[in-house]
Amino acid sequence: MSLWREVWLVAGKDLRIEARSRVVLYQILPFGALVLLLFAFALDPSRGLLPRVAPGLFWIAVLLAALLAVSRAFAIEQQNDARDGLRMSGLDSSALFLGKFTAIALELLVLEVFLGVGVAVLYDVEVGSVAVLVLSALAATAGVAATGTLYGVLAAGLRVRETLVPVLLLPVVAPVMLGATRAWEAGLGGVASDGWPWVGLLALFAALYTGMGMLAFGPLLEES
Amino acid sequence: MRRATPGVADGPALLNGTLSIVLGWTALAALITLAILGLWVAPPDAVQGDAQRLMYVHVPAAWLAYLAFGVTALASVLYLWRRTRSPVWDRVAGASAELGVIFTGLCLVLGSMWGRPVWGTWWEWEARLVSTAVLFFLYVGYLALRRIPGPGRAKRCAIAALIAFVDVPIVHFSVEWWRTLHQQATVFNPDLNPEIHGTMAFTLVFGVLAFTLLYVFLLDRRYTLETLEEGREERELEQAIAERTGTAELVDAGGYTATLALRLRRARKSLPGSGGETSR
Repeated sequence: MSLWREVWLVAGKDLRIEARSRVVLYQILPFGALVLLLFAFALDPSRGLLPRVAPGLFWIAVLLAALLAVSRAFAIEQQNDARDGLRMSGLDSSALFLGKFTAIALELLVLEVFLGVGVAVLYDVEVGSVAVLVLSALAATAGVAATGTLYGVLAAGLRVRETLVPVLLLPVVAPVMLGATRAWEAGLGGVASDGWPWVGLLALFAALYTGMGMLAFGPLLEES
Repeated sequence: MRRATPGVADGPALLNGTLSIVLGWTALAALITLAILGLWVAPPDAVQGDAQRLMYVHVPAAWLAYLAFGVTALASVLYLWRRTRSPVWDRVAGASAELGVIFTGLCLVLGSMWGRPVWGTWWEWEARLVSTAVLFFLYVGYLALRRIPGPGRAKRCAIAALIAFVDVPIVHFSVEWWRTLHQQATVFNPDLNPEIHGTMAFTLVFGVLAFTLLYVFLLDRRYTLETLEEGREERELEQAIAERTGTAELVDAGGYTATLALRLRRARKSLPGSGGETSR
């Protein structure tokens, strides 16, 4: 079986579970939207602040939702000892990593589309360069999903994982938060060309941690 | 001076006892000398006045932070590499990361105290400050992970240390792009032309040396403590297992049901992870 077929097998399993349980749709997505709403309470909308800080608020909402998505992605492996199933499936460990990674990334992308529309409507922003926005979102999502999958499996067997994953993940994705926000500032109303170096940085981050994840997932799954 | 030393069964010591004592006293003497040099011998800065004297501890603390995290990363690689795998590297990584977090914290606090009179604020959203703060939290997370016992802890921690370490340059450059205000590195600036001279430069270099001695001493002490802790845990576990096997023999003999129940309860309590430790 080729690597990509194995990847799709794992990702397909996770996405099928999601399609049936609708946890992302009914819990994580409303959570993200709620965060966007609460930001408007914190930063009075009448002062014209929201459109200016919209990129940052959007990415904070995505990161917080991503924490839940990662937690969910490994909670489903917890039930019925599904992790043992993964371990004994005979699938390549880098395929397992890429599969979990793909499922989380796709869920996050769906989330971003909805939250992006939410930001556009609620915060009244103008779209400048669609290319910068889309490419930076893709690269940032890959980075968050890769680090999230890594820390997710790292903490999978531990009883404190719900509190541990955020404290591990958030500092590591700090550059993603920074890069994605700057790129979106450039893509929304700013100078589009300012965004490209950040897209490059985000892509580098994603590539680095995807590589690390493929290497480390096997040993981490064994120990979890 | 009576010191706790690990027994042979606990694993090798990092430094031998005499060397460790000598190192400790040398580090103390060096720190006292540094205080005298920094506070009285070195002249006040032409622009910043006495506030600049904080540099003699701020810069060494920053240096130690990087040294300590570098050692953690190196020790983690040595642990992960099968040919050099040994609990020694795991303990070194943990001990060094703890020191790194302490000195990063010290560096941030000292920098803040220095920033107040010089920049006029306790905190400035400036590149090196922000990346140091992220560095601090990266390794606070790592230490949180280290506290969680269980099988595979050492390997898990070694991988986590590398995930964090790879992030350090990325954080550094991304924040650098974002904003720059901090004064450029003074001694190792791109032209390699030190901008400070005489006593001030000597005091700074001496401070770095004194702090490095302190680091090596503390690393050895923390390592020894870790070794002793692990040895104690192992002995407690062995004792608990022995008690359990004792009760198992009773089962074979039949009878003594009341004693058996009591002993089982006691054994269960003393086994780590089975009694009151459900929160982990």
